[in-house]
Amino acid sequence: MSRFTGAAPLFRKEVLRFWKVAFQTVAAPVLTAMLYLLIFGHVMDGTTKALPGVAYTSFLIPGLVMMSVLQNAFANSSSSLIQSKITGNLVFLLVTPLSHWAWFLAYVGASMVRGLVVGGGVLLVTVWFVPLRMAEPWWIITFAALGAGMLGSMGLIAGLWAEKFDQLAAFQNFIIMPMTFLSGVFYSVHSLPGVWQAVSHLNPFFYMIDGFRRGFFGASDASPWLSLAVVGIAFVVVALTALRLLATGYKLRS
Amino acid sequence: MTTLPAVRFRNVSKLYPQARTGARGTFKALDDVSFDILPGEFFGLLGPNGAGKTTLISILAGLCRATGGTATVMGHDVLSDYVEARKRLGIVPQELVFDPFFSVRETLRIQSGYFGVRNNDAWIDEVLAELGLSDKANANMRQLSGGMKRRVLVAQALVHRPPVIVLDEPTAGVDVELRQTLWRFVARLNREGHTVLLTTHYLEEAEALCGRIAMLQQGKLKALDKTSALLAGRASTMLRFKTDDALPPALTPQARVTGRMVQVKAHDAAEVETLLSTLRGNGVKVEDLEIGRADLEDVFLEIMKGAPQEVAA
Repeated sequence: MSRFTGAAPLFRKEVLRFWKVAFQTVAAPVLTAMLYLLIFGHVMDGTTKALPGVAYTSFLIPGLVMMSVLQNAFANSSSSLIQSKITGNLVFLLVTPLSHWAWFLAYVGASMVRGLVVGGGVLLVTVWFVPLRMAEPWWIITFAALGAGMLGSMGLIAGLWAEKFDQLAAFQNFIIMPMTFLSGVFYSVHSLPGVWQAVSHLNPFFYMIDGFRRGFFGASDASPWLSLAVVGIAFVVVALTALRLLATGYKLRS
Repeated sequence: MTTLPAVRFRNVSKLYPQARTGARGTFKALDDVSFDILPGEFFGLLGPNGAGKTTLISILAGLCRATGGTATVMGHDVLSDYVEARKRLGIVPQELVFDPFFSVRETLRIQSGYFGVRNNDAWIDEVLAELGLSDKANANMRQLSGGMKRRVLVAQALVHRPPVIVLDEPTAGVDVELRQTLWRFVARLNREGHTVLLTTHYLEEAEALCGRIAMLQQGKLKALDKTSALLAGRASTMLRFKTDDALPPALTPQARVTGRMVQVKAHDAAEVETLLSTLRGNGVKVEDLEIGRADLEDVFLEIMKGAPQEVAA
C-alpha cells in the first residue's frame, strides 16, 4: 500500500460530490460571473484604464474567469471538509489508512477540477459577448492550475481550522474575498495611486490574475516570470502548511 | 510459538483538558488500561456511560491519541504503523452518520476504495444481502430509515473484509429484526475467524454473544474474564417476582426494581426462605414468582458497585 493508495477514490468522491449538485456548484457561479460582466462591462467600458489597446470588457473577462477559478477551488475543499466534520461522516475517512498525501491530493485535485470547470464555464459564456484571443496560452494553463491548487490548499486549511460554518464564512469573507477583489480583477493596478500599487504587489492573488491575463493579451502589469515565482512559492508554502496540518491530525484527531 | 493478539492495549491512558467545561486541570478518560483480545474471540467491552469504552475504541481506530501507553491491531501499532493497523480494522461508529450525496452502493464502493480494494462488487453484494439491504443498493442515503442507515454503517465497516471488527453500540435504538440480522451475520464472520469487539448496553446480547468480557468504570478496568466465569464467580440465586405493593424497608436497598418487576439477590435456599418470609410478614402480594440464576446484568451491577479488583491483562 503506497502513500497515495486511496487518493483516487477520494478524488472521485469529491468530484462526484460537487457534480451531483452542479446547479449550485457550477451553474450558479457561472451566472454570477456573467452578471458581473454585464454590469461592470456596461458601466465601466470606456471609462476605466486597462491594458493599452485592450477594451475594458475584454480586460475584465480573464479577471472574472480567474476569480471564479479561485473562489470555487476554495469553496470545494473547505465546504466539503466542514460539512463532513459537522455532520460527523468524516469518521469514514479518519478510520482508513489514507495518508496525509492522499488526503491532500484528493481534496486539492477535486478543488482544482471544480475551479477549472467553473472557470471554463465562465469563459465559454462570456466569449459570446466579447471575442478573446489567447496570445500565450501556456500562461493561461499554468496560472489557472497553480491558482486553483493554491486556493484548493487554502480551502483545505480553512476547512480543517473551522469548527463552525460562520468561522469558514469569516475566512472566506475577510481573507479570500478582499484578496481576490483587490488583486486587479476589475482594474489594472497601474490605474491605482502609488501606495495602493505597492500594496497590490504584496498580494499573491494579483500575480495569479496578472499572469493569467498575460496569457490572453500578451501584456501584463508584472513580468509573467515574476508572477510565476511569486505564485509558485505561495503555492508551495500553502501546500506544505496544509500537508503539515493533515499529517499532525490538526483538529481531526484529538 | 505465541499467538499474536488481535488487539492489545498496554497501559493506555487518556487525559482530556477540562477547559471546555470551565474547570481547570484534566479529566482522565482512561487510566492505565491493559488487556489483550485473542484472534477469533467475540469480546465484550462493557461499562456505564462515560466509562471510557468509546475513547478506547477511538484510540484503536486512530480517531484520538492515547496520552500514555500503546495499542496494536494484530501486532501493528495504531500510531507508528497506522496503515497496517487500520487495514485490519473495521469500525462501526456509535453515531448514526452518513454522507447525503451518495447511494448505498456508491458509499460502499468509495469506502472500499479507501482501503485499496478494487472490483469489490461481489463482496459488496454479499454484505448487502446479508444485511437485508439488497433492495436499497441504489437508494440515496437520505431516503433510508434510521435502522437501514445503521445497516449501511455496518456494511461500511465490513467492506474491506477486516480481520478485526469493532462494533460500538451497533444495536442502540434499532428494531428486533435488525438485531437478529446483524448478530446472525456477525456470528458468521466470527465463526469464519474474524475477531469481534463489541460494546453494548444490552447486557443480554453481550452474555449471549461474548466469550470474554471486560468491564470499565471511570476509565479503569474493573473486570476481565470469561463470560461464564464472571457469571459463576459472582452468581447468586435471584428471586424475581412482580408486585404492586411497596417493598419492606429491609429489602429496598438490595432490590432491583423495574416497573412491577422486582429482583433480589439470594445466596442460598435459606436466604430465599428468609426473603419470602419477610415479604409475607409485610403483607406484600407477589405474582409470577421465580427463582433463577443471576444474569450478566446482575453481575455488571455488582461489579460496578464494588471496589476496583485486581485484573489480569
